[in-house]
Amino acid sequence: MSKGLPETRTDAAMSELVPEPRPKPAVPMKPIGINPNLLGYIGIDTIIEQMRKKTMKTGFDFNIMVVGQSGLGKSTLVNTLFKSQVSRKASSWNREEKIPKTVEIKAIGHVIEEGGVKMKLTVIDTPGFGDQINNENCWEPIEKYINEQYEKFLKEEVNIARKKRIPDTRVHCCLYFISPTGHSLRPLDLEFMKHLSKVVNIIPVIAKADTMTLEEKSEFKQRVRKELEVNGIEFYPQKEFDEDLEDKTENDKIRESMPFAVVGSDKEYQVNGKRVLGRKTPWGIIEVENLNHCEFALLRDFVIRTHLQDLKEVTHNIHYETYRAKRLNDNGGLPPGEGLLGTVLPPVPATPCPTAE
Amino acid sequence: MEEQGLKQNEELRNLSLSGHVGFDSLPDQLVNKSTSQGFCFNILCVGETGIGKSTLMDTLFNTKFESDPATHNEPGVRLKARSYELQESNVRLKLTIVDTVGFGDQINKDDSYKPIVEYIDAQFEAYLQEELKIKRSLFNYHDTRIHACLYFIAPTGHSLKSLDLVTMKKLDSKVNIIPIIAKADTIAKNELHKFKSKIMSELVSNGVQIYQFPTDEETVAEINATMSVHLPFAVVGSTEEVKIGNKMAKARQYPWGVVQVENENHCDFVKLREMLIRVNMEDLREQTHTRHYELYRRCKLEEMGFKDTDPDSKPFSLQETYEAKRNEFLGELQKKEEEMRQMFVMRVKEKEAELKEAEKELHEKFDLLKRTHQEEKKKVEDKKKELEEEVNNFQKKKAAAQLLQSQAQQSGAQQTKKDKDKKNASFT
Repeated sequence: MSKGLPETRTDAAMSELVPEPRPKPAVPMKPIGINPNLLGYIGIDTIIEQMRKKTMKTGFDFNIMVVGQSGLGKSTLVNTLFKSQVSRKASSWNREEKIPKTVEIKAIGHVIEEGGVKMKLTVIDTPGFGDQINNENCWEPIEKYINEQYEKFLKEEVNIARKKRIPDTRVHCCLYFISPTGHSLRPLDLEFMKHLSKVVNIIPVIAKADTMTLEEKSEFKQRVRKELEVNGIEFYPQKEFDEDLEDKTENDKIRESMPFAVVGSDKEYQVNGKRVLGRKTPWGIIEVENLNHCEFALLRDFVIRTHLQDLKEVTHNIHYETYRAKRLNDNGGLPPGEGLLGTVLPPVPATPCPTAE
Repeated sequence: MEEQGLKQNEELRNLSLSGHVGFDSLPDQLVNKSTSQGFCFNILCVGETGIGKSTLMDTLFNTKFESDPATHNEPGVRLKARSYELQESNVRLKLTIVDTVGFGDQINKDDSYKPIVEYIDAQFEAYLQEELKIKRSLFNYHDTRIHACLYFIAPTGHSLKSLDLVTMKKLDSKVNIIPIIAKADTIAKNELHKFKSKIMSELVSNGVQIYQFPTDEETVAEINATMSVHLPFAVVGSTEEVKIGNKMAKARQYPWGVVQVENENHCDFVKLREMLIRVNMEDLREQTHTRHYELYRRCKLEEMGFKDTDPDSKPFSLQETYEAKRNEFLGELQKKEEEMRQMFVMRVKEKEAELKEAEKELHEKFDLLKRTHQEEKKKVEDKKKELEEEVNNFQKKKAAAQLLQSQAQQSGAQQTKKDKDKKNASFT
């Protein structure tokens, strides 16, 4: 059997070549050696390997949205997360390009591969969010976009002749960038998260965390968490979706350390003989992947290495289902929980109706 | 390689990573989720009674599934499903084995395939119903759809029976069929080869689509290709262990030798196990879901009148058609309701009329009776009067008679006195 866990590299983000793809496991071997116990081996556990092979062949989709006022470092962070230029940075804009008048939604897709795993990554940028003088309802275009993706998927699913693999453009994760004021959340932040935490997985991050000292950071985080709780905003991982005790303890730990205070960078510097991603300042080099300096590594591990699949599943099993149920309800006026084919009793009053079956 | 999701459009470009990101753990994340939930696998065994289905299942899964051997007296084919939970390392498998009881026993086997087809369809239907629900929970739905159908061919050595061909033809678009030759220890090696080729050519000439082991992925392509050559697998099942050399092995002991189940020279059991479980279990499940189930769903929905509208129409085609149907249905219901109401009203009227009639009759009867009663009464009264008159008359007559009598007596007495006097006078 192939190795179960991914190799844990040290945090040195060396500019190595794309690591060699994991050696493709051979067809699982029959038990070697004569051992009366092994005569009982059926081979059911090979299904794991079979499934892994299949999923590697089909590849994965992942759609991540970044929301926040301009200049908070969204594009840089995304580039740092995925170690490639997935996002065009604002600084590459023409000087003449104005900040958009309304919130725009820009989705850019790339294919990245690692260890034999192909991922179609789509980064959805929201330039113009929170940049106007009057920002009322600026979350609406974003909400609309998210719902449109659900709608697209639903339409495909409802078709008679369905595609073998429905293209998934639904937003799996929304990184919301909080400005590091050190005080508390802004009304815009609260409004946005209140509206959108119900339709998408929101992960709040504190941007440009290198402007805060350690004490300021932890105080700020506590205040933010408190405010979110008071306002009834459930960010990912949502408490209500913890499946079992194991999940709960693991997620509780994560929730306690959220929102992650991150610093992004795509420049490398030499520190102690190693090349690290960082920001150079007169008073020192801030290492992005150093847990003492900022929590970028936590965010990366959380989003990519442990909870990527879960993000997709919560989106599919919960947010999408909620949308679908609401949509079908509005459209057909059917009471929830009843089936479509043949077993629905339309609301005819009084006289007994024959069932349609 | 499946490129659908990864097709390059004008926006997509391949990026190279400048460091280790870590999403190569994705397959592991996915697999871990599935492992915690457990897997479902459902096998349907179709074959005559006594052909060795239960024994083979026991042998394949190294356990003794409880079941009593069936009799040959079943009036029809019925399906018996049994579920088990098996665990190996950290993998939990919910295994369901469906047996066809009574298959091939009847004198008239025309309808033998029907219960099987119905069962398979019923499982698809259940899944479809769940999928169409408004509030659904597909991610923890216990999947009962049949992933593999092992068709047991009797080891005649000649060819397929017509029942086999008919049944397989009915099943091939609904389930992954894997034909196997049962009780293969009754066929000699040289005959076996001929038998196998005869079977395969019959299947091809009759257009029966059996399950094709997938050859698109490099690691399994080779083994699948080599195994396909040996189809249909000639298997021998046994749960008894016989000592061979210095180890125990599953085998069947005959006076003339021992047939070892796991010896590839003796039978193809190992190949079947390899193909069914160790290499293609996931593919079987996937084919069931993406091919057979989709086909069923498509046919079912089209049957119900749903059609895909063209892609730029806004609302759901399904929902619209459903609305239309619902209104139609409602209209029909209302019509029926009206009819029923009218009929009810009519009946009520009739009943009322009847009742009125009856009432009238009763009244009349009553009147009649009254009249009769009065008449009788009058008659009686008249008679009474008559009687009284008569009595009066009688009394009068009696009084008169008495008077007369007394008069007569008096005069008689006088007369007799006279007579006596006369007599006495005469005597003197």
